Amino acid sequence: MNLVRNHVLISIDAGTIMAGARAVEKALVDEIGKQGLAGEIAVLETGSIGATGQGVVIVVYPEGLYYANVAPEDAHEIVEEHLLKGRPVKRLMMTEMPKQQVIRKGKTGLLKEQPRIVLKNSGVINPENIDEYIAAGGYEAIERAFTELKPAGVIKEVKDSGLVGRGGAAFTTGMKWDFASRAPGQPKYIICNADEGEPGTFKDRLILEGDPHKLIEGMMLAAYAFGGSKGFIYIRGEYALSIERLEKAIQQARDYGILGDNILESGFSFDLAVMKGAGAYVCGEETALIESLEGKRGHPRNKPPYPVTEGLWGKPTVVNNVETLANVPEIIRHGAAWYRGYGTEKCPGTKVYTIIGNVATPGLIEAEMGTTLRDIIYEYAGGIKAGKQFKGALVGGAAGAFLGPEMLDAQMDFVNLREYAAVLGSGAILVMDEHTDIVDMLQSVLHFFKHESCGHCVPCRLGTKELVEIIDQIADGKGKAGDIEKMVKISEVMRDTSFCPLGQSLNLPISSALKYFKDEVYGRVPAAV
Amino acid sequence: MDREAILKKFEPNLSNILYIMHDLQDNNPQRYLAKEDIEVCAEYLNVPYSYVHSVASFYTMFSLKPRGKNIIRLCESPPCHLMGARSLLDYLKTSLKVDVGGTTKDGVFTLETTSCLGACGVAPAMMLNDEMFGNLTAEKVDSILDQRRKEI
Amino acid sequence: MIRATINNVEIEVPEGTTILWAAKKAGFTIPTLCNHPDLPPGGQCGICVVEIEGLPGLKRACMTPIGEGFKIKTHTPRIQATRRQLVELILSDHDTSCLTCVKNNNCELQQLAATVGINTVDYKNESRKKHPIDHSSVAIVRDPNKCILCGRCLTVCSQVQTVNALAVNHRGSETLISTAFDAGLGNSVCINCGQCVVHCPVGALYERSATEEVWEALHDPDKFVVVQEAPAVRVMLGEEFGMPVGTLVSGKMHAALRRMGFDAVLDTNFAADLTIMEEGTELISRLTSGKNLPLITSCSPGWIKFMETFFHDMIPHMSTAKSPQQMFGALAKTYYAKEKGIDPAKIVSVSIMPCTAKKFECLRPEMNASGYRDVDYVLTSREIGRMMREAGIDMNEMPDEHADPILGEYTGAATIFGATGGVMEAAVRSAYALVTGKELEDVEITPVRGLKGIKEAEIDIEGTKVKVAVAHSCGHARALLEKVQDQMRKDGKSEYQFIEVMACPGGCVGGGGQSWGSNMAKRARRGESLYAEDRSLPMRRSHENPEVQAAYEKFLEKPNSEKAHKLLHTHYFKRSAVDGKILPG
Repeated sequence: MNLVRNHVLISIDAGTIMAGARAVEKALVDEIGKQGLAGEIAVLETGSIGATGQGVVIVVYPEGLYYANVAPEDAHEIVEEHLLKGRPVKRLMMTEMPKQQVIRKGKTGLLKEQPRIVLKNSGVINPENIDEYIAAGGYEAIERAFTELKPAGVIKEVKDSGLVGRGGAAFTTGMKWDFASRAPGQPKYIICNADEGEPGTFKDRLILEGDPHKLIEGMMLAAYAFGGSKGFIYIRGEYALSIERLEKAIQQARDYGILGDNILESGFSFDLAVMKGAGAYVCGEETALIESLEGKRGHPRNKPPYPVTEGLWGKPTVVNNVETLANVPEIIRHGAAWYRGYGTEKCPGTKVYTIIGNVATPGLIEAEMGTTLRDIIYEYAGGIKAGKQFKGALVGGAAGAFLGPEMLDAQMDFVNLREYAAVLGSGAILVMDEHTDIVDMLQSVLHFFKHESCGHCVPCRLGTKELVEIIDQIADGKGKAGDIEKMVKISEVMRDTSFCPLGQSLNLPISSALKYFKDEVYGRVPAAV
Repeated sequence: MDREAILKKFEPNLSNILYIMHDLQDNNPQRYLAKEDIEVCAEYLNVPYSYVHSVASFYTMFSLKPRGKNIIRLCESPPCHLMGARSLLDYLKTSLKVDVGGTTKDGVFTLETTSCLGACGVAPAMMLNDEMFGNLTAEKVDSILDQRRKEI
Repeated sequence: MIRATINNVEIEVPEGTTILWAAKKAGFTIPTLCNHPDLPPGGQCGICVVEIEGLPGLKRACMTPIGEGFKIKTHTPRIQATRRQLVELILSDHDTSCLTCVKNNNCELQQLAATVGINTVDYKNESRKKHPIDHSSVAIVRDPNKCILCGRCLTVCSQVQTVNALAVNHRGSETLISTAFDAGLGNSVCINCGQCVVHCPVGALYERSATEEVWEALHDPDKFVVVQEAPAVRVMLGEEFGMPVGTLVSGKMHAALRRMGFDAVLDTNFAADLTIMEEGTELISRLTSGKNLPLITSCSPGWIKFMETFFHDMIPHMSTAKSPQQMFGALAKTYYAKEKGIDPAKIVSVSIMPCTAKKFECLRPEMNASGYRDVDYVLTSREIGRMMREAGIDMNEMPDEHADPILGEYTGAATIFGATGGVMEAAVRSAYALVTGKELEDVEITPVRGLKGIKEAEIDIEGTKVKVAVAHSCGHARALLEKVQDQMRKDGKSEYQFIEVMACPGGCVGGGGQSWGSNMAKRARRGESLYAEDRSLPMRRSHENPEVQAAYEKFLEKPNSEKAHKLLHTHYFKRSAVDGKILPG
């Protein structure tokens, strides 16, 4: 029997695939074979390791050494020099390591590291192999739920953990499940909202690509807790790899008897289906998503009734975000008290962010609730690219807020951000350096909204259209006195009267841009006489 | 594959409408949903013809007009915008001699813009059919499109 | 009961009442635009927003149920400013050529703008697209430039009528209510019922007008212009002249038409009585043979096209009798011309209808039994109202006059054709006599009256039980016919022997050619008014009509005779559920 002495992990996600990861993988395997090392060195696929924009990334264990921007023609050198002769290839070594830990500032101000929760397995295990998930403690939580907690115990544990929805509304997850468990009507459904469309956000994609079984287990726990029997994962049509991996994972789970009838002799039956979207940002709104799942246009419904009482096909339905559900297995496995060891008292746990734009190392990170924007940018993402100055960040995507330097030390959590709390959900942090034109960015935001408005209600359909016309004039140097006041007025009417959160939220980027960059924006229109 | 065979892959439930339309469109050589596609879908799902059209026209991944052999979908959402998507769009328009929504004379490419593709870590990004491309520059776009031209 | 205050006025309303209705109870009319009393609220426009103390944001009064202890304000400065902003936004996207619009002075948007006090529109909306006006239909014109996307037309088209010609297409600022692929109403499954027209708050939908052509004929000394008026017109036309809804103006209508210059003022009601003779005889022969039961009525041209499109396997069950309009048309250029010694080529046959589908019906190629176009022009009630006003006629000042012979006499059975259940009731009154040779004691068949969607009754004709059903609106007709199909599949026959269907909710009184802003309350009042006329008439059974009897004696021989078949009966086609065109074979 051969003893595997080296593991080569190759990150296979949508980003690395486009950089040519499959070709590199093949070249490595071929080269290892050629050198006669096939029995000693295993090449394993894994999900995203968190870094983006660095091409094909591989990690060689046990050294834990990262190579970035690897091309197929590098395979020979890596195998011969590193794997055969033990001499790392310096020119390919990653300079900035992705942070695989949650960083926390202790009382002393020193940084310490803790294991991740949501991204625990991402970039570590092979997402296409259920055994690896099980080896990493997977499906232990559902077993604990069946044998020890029972449905009421799961709801209590999740309530006690203080977990709130990571989709934006920050509703207490345990409460939502409790409502659904009490709602009359059968069957009940769990829907995972994986229609990630907020500009700058791709955390859900990387969770799905990197650890699909964690989501499956999270959905099982939810359904078990509130009495659901069928789950749907609504995923955007562009996420081909996520869809493929999820479908594979669901099939494996079925084969293992983890999905299906009378799971593990518990009396609990549950199955899952993946549903593919077709390009509509508004379907991220839970009732629009339900409409779309039912085969309709993605128009939001009037609330109340809320989905927990009347959701999919009029039945009680829980809609949870990918990240929310991915928190659940670890909460159930380790308990609410353990979970509360992360984050702040009022906002326990971690938050997954995608940090992008003008930063040195853009990518996916998991940080504790309450981490400051400064730490996220400078500790996790290596600071501003090319030594430039920080100007601001668009946090939370297009429906988010423009934050200026004065917000760098604000603690990022649902309680502290107050009026900006909703922006935390998406986890998108688009960092802008000193050369960024705020009006230009606001213009892009408004165009996005005009394009994605469903058109159902007057304020959103015509408000976005009018806002785009005004900002186009301002950006073009043809702005008039009073234009900005007009924009504010429209956005306030939209906030107050739009049918759904899409139109209501557009006030935030406008008002925040004016709050933190007032002089710059007003400088673009003639002063009122 | 004929339309009948596509339909047969799915239960005739309304919730399968997006899947069915995805497949019908992929199967159409002009990469769009033609009247016949809408018609068979309506009949199969037992819903009105106008209903299927209405749903199809809501989602940006469906086209109700014929398109080129390859669909370029350039992201123009804020993250890609910050990283230079607009100049890239101008470049594509000039080099392909089409406007947004237009198809090149040879029918090889249709240029579209899209909202965020979730590839912001490698902005600016685009999709060419089902494939994602990131960290785009004018040169990189040229080589991607040249490569595609050679493949056909 | 829920207790709350609206602008400090205390109210008590049943649970589930919306703020909009509760406010009416407190004496406040909250402005609305997209809302329609007969349709579920869509919440598109946002005009009806109110403030509720302690709750963030503004709430839509049309779709928010009132809650216990709510303190509601309906016109705070914030609400007033918001409403004005919304109306300005709507106007920025609207073709505001109001003076030349068919809905000028009848437009709900115009009224709203005046109500909330719009003096200027701040928004330019320079990128607004100009859409072509859809003239493809012979009955209905659609102008997307006037459309405010309130969704009423498509709610009524899809949910009430289940026709689905119109749908909301595309999205965001590109949103367009239109037919699939924008093919146009004339190339769609549209049944021309015109419910979209009477539900439209603005001038985006209206009938294809024939007023110019009719004026031309009236002014042409060589033409002999005859006019017929449908039953439901006489209970609506008064509204065009400010009379209370449902005022019966049969006599004044005849007088007004005479003063407009029609050469002969006749009455569709005559033909309604004739229809009963033909259809009643057909019913008896089918009851006797037991074949093709249930028999289904065929007076409503919207229903006919609906059936041809969505239920063409029911064609054998359809009565072959033409609608009263077309029976009248066929006789006007044959029997009437002959009796009066007029060259039929010179006759221009005009009909005044509560209906837009009649415009389509008169153009059906097979409707030429007389050797000419049986009916040349169809005017809606609204169009004749406009023409009368143009001629300087005030209905209020008209005397009561009778229609001209020999196609002008009518019974009470004919006049109730205009209300749902009326044809059924009229048919039963005569069928009973035709079968038994005796007259019904009580001619009022109340179970088939009223606005319930599907009504049923069992008629005892001297021991023979006849189960009948009545449906109004195509949605209810669809439900009823699906039940019938199901029964026939299972048992080989249906429980019903005779079915009346009217395409429009409420029957013809609620037709697409009636007054703008139609609602069920108005339709009910018009229906009541028809039943009142029935009660007031000396003859209440179709077979008693002396002019009908004379027509058979002098010309048609007897009901369902060969001649009657040639002139008064028709056939149907299978139509495509994609474009409404006649299918081959």
